[in-house]
Amino acid sequence: MWRDVVLVAGKDLRIEWRSRVTFSQVVPFAGLVLVLFGFALDANRPVLERATSGLFWITIMFVTTLAVQRSTSIETTDGARRALLLAGVEPVAVFAGKAAAVAVQLLAVELVLVGGIVVLYGAEIDSFLLVVATCLVATVGIAAAGTLLGALVAGVRARETVLPILLLPVLAPVLIGATRAFDDALGSVAVDGWAWIGMLAGFGLINLVLGALSYGVLLEET
Amino acid sequence: MTTPASSEVPVHTGSTTTRLLGIAVLVGLVALILLGFFGAPKDDEQADAVRLIFVHVPSAFLTYAAFSVTAVGSVMWLWKRSVWWDLVAHGSAEIGVVFCSLTLFTGSVWGRPTWNTYWDWGDVRLVTTLILLLLMVGYLAVRSMGGDDSAVATRSAIVALIAAVNLPIVNRSVEWWFDRTLHQKSSLTDGNLEDLTLFTLLLGVVVWSLFYVWVMIHRFRVGWLERELRFGDLDLALAQRRAEAHTINDGGDR
Repeated sequence: MWRDVVLVAGKDLRIEWRSRVTFSQVVPFAGLVLVLFGFALDANRPVLERATSGLFWITIMFVTTLAVQRSTSIETTDGARRALLLAGVEPVAVFAGKAAAVAVQLLAVELVLVGGIVVLYGAEIDSFLLVVATCLVATVGIAAAGTLLGALVAGVRARETVLPILLLPVLAPVLIGATRAFDDALGSVAVDGWAWIGMLAGFGLINLVLGALSYGVLLEET
Repeated sequence: MTTPASSEVPVHTGSTTTRLLGIAVLVGLVALILLGFFGAPKDDEQADAVRLIFVHVPSAFLTYAAFSVTAVGSVMWLWKRSVWWDLVAHGSAEIGVVFCSLTLFTGSVWGRPTWNTYWDWGDVRLVTTLILLLLMVGYLAVRSMGGDDSAVATRSAIVALIAAVNLPIVNRSVEWWFDRTLHQKSSLTDGNLEDLTLFTLLLGVVVWSLFYVWVMIHRFRVGWLERELRFGDLDLALAQRRAEAHTINDGGDR
């Protein structure tokens, strides 16, 4: 099964690498959102420093909707989804592979955005380890929930608008948890960031299990 | 379950049971209004604002009850492929969204005089209920996307399960986020309510629950009839095409 996971993830990442959508469109979009937050908050340094963690993760939420829509459209165009089913790949492997590919793309965007908040918002990183752990653990949950919901709206009209309506409320705990963990890592608020990593891990695990259990039903029936 | 006979299409969703239930709801509502406004005493601290409890608490109770029914119906659809349960899940979600909105509205109105604010981000129940409303609005959005009945039922059942499973995490995360709540402990268990207030509150829960059952039965029957109509139209179209085919074949034979 793991071989199939790697194959599916590799396929999605290869398509992204060749089309350069993530780097030529998604990363600039994320940077643009950071700049617009600066304008919206009147370029007020103390306010920006205090809100940095939240703005970072809000931007990631927006980016997630784009990444998931892109990941879903790969399978829906030209009947690729049906071909994937006929190839005999386990649905769990398809889910895990697609989630892994989304996670890798999100981590790449997060890497660029961390640089963005340091340069644009003057963020000072107190704990690199906590930043890395938060990004890794939160991204697993985001990618799992996103991939599951992306498959759910695949192939229906108005999926571009329905996906954010479904995804963003589900990701509310990640926004809260990852923001608090980043607050600790950036030293902006005195909280125990590592305690939030546990909650993020729980969210990720639950959504991975949900996805693994229901992805096959979605692939075959919808 | 009401199954419309093909030759006799019902023109309404009422029955003797629903009419009796409707009358009971009406009588109960009148009693609730009279007791709520004129019977139950004012609160020492909250004055007349406390009367919102007769709508707010039953609405909150029915919000969670309705969404629990949706979750159960969704599991049953995925497990048994039962259209009956799918219609129950759908109907209950719609009614639950109405009660959830009512809970948030009355909570906000009540919050202004008692907490001095319409909204408080640090309140766990408030924020969790809002997220629940947004999740269920998403559920109804999936319902309205159209497509094959079975696919819509499966999609929405999975959305309901995602909402049900993630809601405790939302609750816990908001609880940790602020580590406080403005909400009072359960008024029923702390024994602070006067006898008539407690009676009116319990009457409110019963009356609103009967109202939920009454609307639920009607909504279920509407859903069932919509489904019958869709499949009835399909059967009719198939019969017409077959008749056309026979006519053409008969003409060709001659």
